[in-house]
Amino acid sequence: MDAGRLTLRRRPFPQPPTRMPELSHLQRLEAESIDILREAVAEAERPVMLYSIGKDSSVLLHLARKAFFPARPPFPLLHIDTTWKFQAMYAFRARMAAEAGMELLVHINPDAQARGINPFTHGSALHTDLWKTQGLRQALDRHGFDVAFGGARRDEEASRAKERVFSFRSAQHRWDPKNQRPELWRLYNARKQPGESIRVFPLSNWTELDIWQYILREDIPIVPLYLADERPVVERDGQLLMVDDARFPLREGEVPQLRSVRFRTLGCYPLTGAIESNARTLPAVIDEMLRARTSERQGRLIDYDGSASMEKKKIEGYF
Amino acid sequence: MAADTPHTDARLAAGHDKSLLRFITCGSVDDGKSTLIGRLLYETQALYDDQLGALAADSKRYGTQGDEPDFALLVDGLSAEREQGITIDVAYRFFATDRRKFIVADTPGHEQYTRNMVTGASTADLAVILVDARKGVLTQTRRHGILAALLGIRDIVLAVNKLDLAGWSQDTFAAIDRDYRAFAHSLGIERVTSIPLSALRGDNIAAPSTYTPWYEGPSLIEHLERVEAGRADAEATPLRLPVQWVNRPNADFRGFAGRLLGGRVRPGDRVRVLPSGRESSIERIVTFDGDLPEARAGQSVTLTLADEIDVSRGDVICAADDPAGLADQFEATLVWMADAPMLPGRPYLVKMGASTLGASFGHPKYRLDVNSLEHLAAKTLELNEIGVANLTLDRAVAFDPYAVNRDMGSFIVIDRYTNQTVGAGLLHFALRRSQNIHWQAVEVDKAARMRQHGHKPCVLWLTGLSGSGKSTIANIVERQLHARGAHTYLLDGDNVRHGLSRDLGFTDADRVENIRRIGEVARLMVDAGLIVITAFISPFRSERRLARGMVEDGEFIEIFVDTPLAVAEQRDPKGLYRKARRGELANFTGVDSPYEAPEMPELRIDTLADTPEDAATRIVELLVARGVLRSG
Repeated sequence: MDAGRLTLRRRPFPQPPTRMPELSHLQRLEAESIDILREAVAEAERPVMLYSIGKDSSVLLHLARKAFFPARPPFPLLHIDTTWKFQAMYAFRARMAAEAGMELLVHINPDAQARGINPFTHGSALHTDLWKTQGLRQALDRHGFDVAFGGARRDEEASRAKERVFSFRSAQHRWDPKNQRPELWRLYNARKQPGESIRVFPLSNWTELDIWQYILREDIPIVPLYLADERPVVERDGQLLMVDDARFPLREGEVPQLRSVRFRTLGCYPLTGAIESNARTLPAVIDEMLRARTSERQGRLIDYDGSASMEKKKIEGYF
Repeated sequence: MAADTPHTDARLAAGHDKSLLRFITCGSVDDGKSTLIGRLLYETQALYDDQLGALAADSKRYGTQGDEPDFALLVDGLSAEREQGITIDVAYRFFATDRRKFIVADTPGHEQYTRNMVTGASTADLAVILVDARKGVLTQTRRHGILAALLGIRDIVLAVNKLDLAGWSQDTFAAIDRDYRAFAHSLGIERVTSIPLSALRGDNIAAPSTYTPWYEGPSLIEHLERVEAGRADAEATPLRLPVQWVNRPNADFRGFAGRLLGGRVRPGDRVRVLPSGRESSIERIVTFDGDLPEARAGQSVTLTLADEIDVSRGDVICAADDPAGLADQFEATLVWMADAPMLPGRPYLVKMGASTLGASFGHPKYRLDVNSLEHLAAKTLELNEIGVANLTLDRAVAFDPYAVNRDMGSFIVIDRYTNQTVGAGLLHFALRRSQNIHWQAVEVDKAARMRQHGHKPCVLWLTGLSGSGKSTIANIVERQLHARGAHTYLLDGDNVRHGLSRDLGFTDADRVENIRRIGEVARLMVDAGLIVITAFISPFRSERRLARGMVEDGEFIEIFVDTPLAVAEQRDPKGLYRKARRGELANFTGVDSPYEAPEMPELRIDTLADTPEDAATRIVELLVARGVLRSG
């Protein structure tokens, strides 16, 4: 190179002075989540943790136990049930609440139950709206919860990327994406008007990979459906759906086949696609994930209801 | 490139030891910032096939790159933004390499979006500032550097983008690098790394580009993976732990939960708790995973102390030999983030650490021109303006200057009515007087004067539109009280505006200052044992609340003289409405300035139903009912 003109030589990076190793990214994420959980509880009148039985909920519950140790987390768990979860999830739910020693509230929308709402006859949009969106509003109103923890992550979906850690909902449970409070440093403004409630997302800065690595590092229990096993599935509209109980109406010519599958996310079984996999252990799942070329929400049928689908649901009060 | 780099178990295991770097990207509308972030996500395989598929579809619909994927669309999340083609808010993005996890705050570069950049920079260790190689260092490039420096960022990457469109010219790159370095030096930022890029094509993003053989520095990702930014500072400062939550599962355990904002701590360390100043030593560092031998800045822990001393939420546990400062008045830089301007004297809330305090600001000493660092005169701060002003809190708090510890020297400003976050601030230093004010203890006090006067003191605060009848009613009230032997004083617009507030006009800021002065005078007169009657429009709830806060509970009696605007305007005793309607009077309440009716006044008078005499009688009866006056 022409030394007379420019000196943009590669400079060696200076060696840092001897000191304790830097906190790892998982340690920093954990510390931040605990900070958020404590701050929200300190400012809340009636907090609750939304518990969906999935892997993010498992991590959130684990962090809550850490945040308030040696006390128990000072809030109940709330599951908005649709009656359409996998059987394995119901079994896991009972076990986890007992283990954490926390009160578990289960809300089932009576209107949806009376009308027999299900994803097969009513479609995913109506099913999700009545069971989950309306069900959540009913439960929050009934118990008067003012702060609800959720396990949503910003990396899940485009409209989540701009959601705040402390996300406000009007008395009608609506989210106004254009009128969010700026969040600076680690200072969270938790003051609200009467009737308003706050959704708090301690896992905002975690990615799917962080969640799995943390589950592995901390040995956090998860629903076995996340690990591959032989399960009865049918292929429908490009998705592998598990025939989890007798309510699954088989179409003509559909015969459930046993295939080695696992799930990347868990929700209502008729709306949750499986992926073919032989990853029967957690490290194998993570390894597969690192090679994966599709995002976890691809298995979620509700995201495909329209281009700005999730943003619309959130404005209406979906978690 | 993204292709099929095989992942290995080693990479998985490395996940445990990854470090974390938070950075902010700043650029003007056309610098290709969203494209750069999209490219970073792509190169680090943070994108999946279905997302790329959706990107291809979206690119056809909204894209600006023909049939090529428009990476900018990956980052522009909300549908409203897609339609407008601009990013209107801070978005957070995530990607990781084998060495590091990255959290990117993507902030818009528009002039009106200072608030977003300040928000993103507040948690960043480093700033990536984009320039378009064809345009070089522009005003907005300098603005981004100024804001980054203001928020305490000490490491800057200058991403010289679109160099492909400048013929990969080494001279162009070198000139921009030289310009920027000189500018950064003037801001006190020495760690600048300039990298020649094409974000659209991916040159020097993950690997050296063949187009820049003359460049021997790192690629962008390589640099971000290796740079030592931000972290050393917090651990080098003395121990600070604001207590978020007192953990009391049973009578035997009392732990103080919080996140270390500075330094380290070990069992046995001497600590001082502020504001009480009591000292003790650390007994245990309690976590779910067992007690720790040491904790350091960034960790969330629960501490127990060797002695039973009173510690509550908001207190700060400090190193005993190097405690934080303690003060209630500061000089601070203030960034205003709300449509309604900052009004000096208006009561706000301030959240610092785990404390929320009553606060007010003085007149701005100056406003900062974020393009030139010039100091400009200012009476208020508007949305996206940055200025320096004194901050007064309603009690003393532990703090460090922002330059020493970002988390101990920062605060947010909250509006008392909307509860919105309306501003953010950085503490410079405590004002000397805040440590030296001591109230003069006096022997003849309010109680003694009250016994001599035979009644309690109070403020009768009449509020209502111009022409509602405040002064008329106030005069009758004072006459009646005087007749009963009470000691009174009437403060009204004329006797105040001609003297005490002669220097003030009628802007919102001046109105606030006017009410503050009246409130202070009323407070002194109440201390003197008088019944003070005020008759001012006082249109803003927050100013009335300020005045209420100056006297003791129960001493402030708000009386809403309620007359519909149409009626007041029709009466128009001084001809002011007519003038205002003709445009000869600006900021006239009810015409071009709002009147915020009291929500819960102690008394409401309907002037359509009551005569002024009736109204005055009701006020006197209220004073008897409240025990201010004896009956009869």
